[in-house]
Amino acid sequence: MIRSEILEDIAPILRDQLVVCNIGIPSQELHAIDDQPTNFYMLGTMGLASSIGLGLALAQPKPVIVIDGDGSVLTNLGTLPTIGNNAPSNYILMIIDNGSYGSTGDQPTYTGMKTDLAGMARAAGCDNVVEVQDVGTGAALQKAIDDGVATVMVVKCDSGNAKMPVISMDPVVIRDRFMKAVAG
Amino acid sequence: MNIDKKIADDLVANDIRFVTTVPCKQLAGVIEEVEQRDDIFHIPSNKEDEGMGLCAGAWMGGKRPAIIMQNTAIGVTINTLATLIQYYRMPLPMIISYRGELREPVACQVEMAVHTKALLAQLNIPTYHFHWQRDVEEFDNILKYTFMCNKPVAILTDANFWGGYGDQ
Ligand SMILES: Cc1ncc(C[n+]2csc(CCOP(=O)(O)OP(=O)(O)O)c2C)c(N)n1
Ligand SMILES: [Mg+2]
Repeated sequence: MIRSEILEDIAPILRDQLVVCNIGIPSQELHAIDDQPTNFYMLGTMGLASSIGLGLALAQPKPVIVIDGDGSVLTNLGTLPTIGNNAPSNYILMIIDNGSYGSTGDQPTYTGMKTDLAGMARAAGCDNVVEVQDVGTGAALQKAIDDGVATVMVVKCDSGNAKMPVISMDPVVIRDRFMKAVAG
Repeated sequence: MNIDKKIADDLVANDIRFVTTVPCKQLAGVIEEVEQRDDIFHIPSNKEDEGMGLCAGAWMGGKRPAIIMQNTAIGVTINTLATLIQYYRMPLPMIISYRGELREPVACQVEMAVHTKALLAQLNIPTYHFHWQRDVEEFDNILKYTFMCNKPVAILTDANFWGGYGDQ
């Protein structure tokens, strides 16, 4: 499965949750599959989805699901110790690990080679790290929500992208409706 | 006057309860103050762009944030300031130690000091420079201004303001 197929699979689970979504094609796919005011789309700033989601989870009690990417976590590796030492029980980091920089044309990342993101997360202090193959994503995500413990999911899948339109919504509109959904 | 305590007091008076930091020698006292207070949640970050991500999330979650960092971090955070904080129009007070200014003993610090104000000006970031201890009196107004306009705002604090690098 590729990322867009996973997102289609889990869209019913994501629908009612606060979601912070990674830059580029992941956000375009989520936006096209099931746009919700509870989705915060990153239009730039590669690497910071996990940090934005952590700040959000620390500031308020609703569950927060971050849809991140292997390349983005690799570029902001400092996030893992911060998560490992601070993540509250309402924080779920779901790393779609397709072994590539998908948005920029599927150039390989090191997670498709010798690097093990789940092992890095554990070494950084994340207590609850779940490795799952694409088809198991929905069940693992639902379990993480139901368990109510801080979770890092590393979802292994194929590299590849669906052809979806660029998000044309203004960033302030995305942010404003998201904040209203957070407060609502 | 205890500057560290005054800064933390003003943060709390402005309902800023979420503070992330990356250390600088000049900031040691204020970071310790922020860490010790029960009315501020302090979360150290490993890099300043990460810290700004935390602040963005905290603000969307209803908590007013601030970041405490060194001016060298302007070089680290330009993309984040432009494409996250400014693009989504978010408030962010940045309490910045301005290394490489008068009374600086470490020559390398001057190399980013000479770019600091130019970079902030290029980004249209409102910038204040505390050089004398009494300049801290403006801090409360700067915080109010930041959350009035929803912009990142820089408060540069130099060695003279902190009482000289040598006598920390
Ligand atoms: C600082 C910076 N460098 C490079 C890019 C280009 N870029 C945008 S998305 C992306 C790939 C992200 O890969 P990953 O997080 O694995 O997500 P995927 O698309 O594979 O799901 C890259 C390299 C960028 N936006 N910013
Ligand atoms: Mg990827």
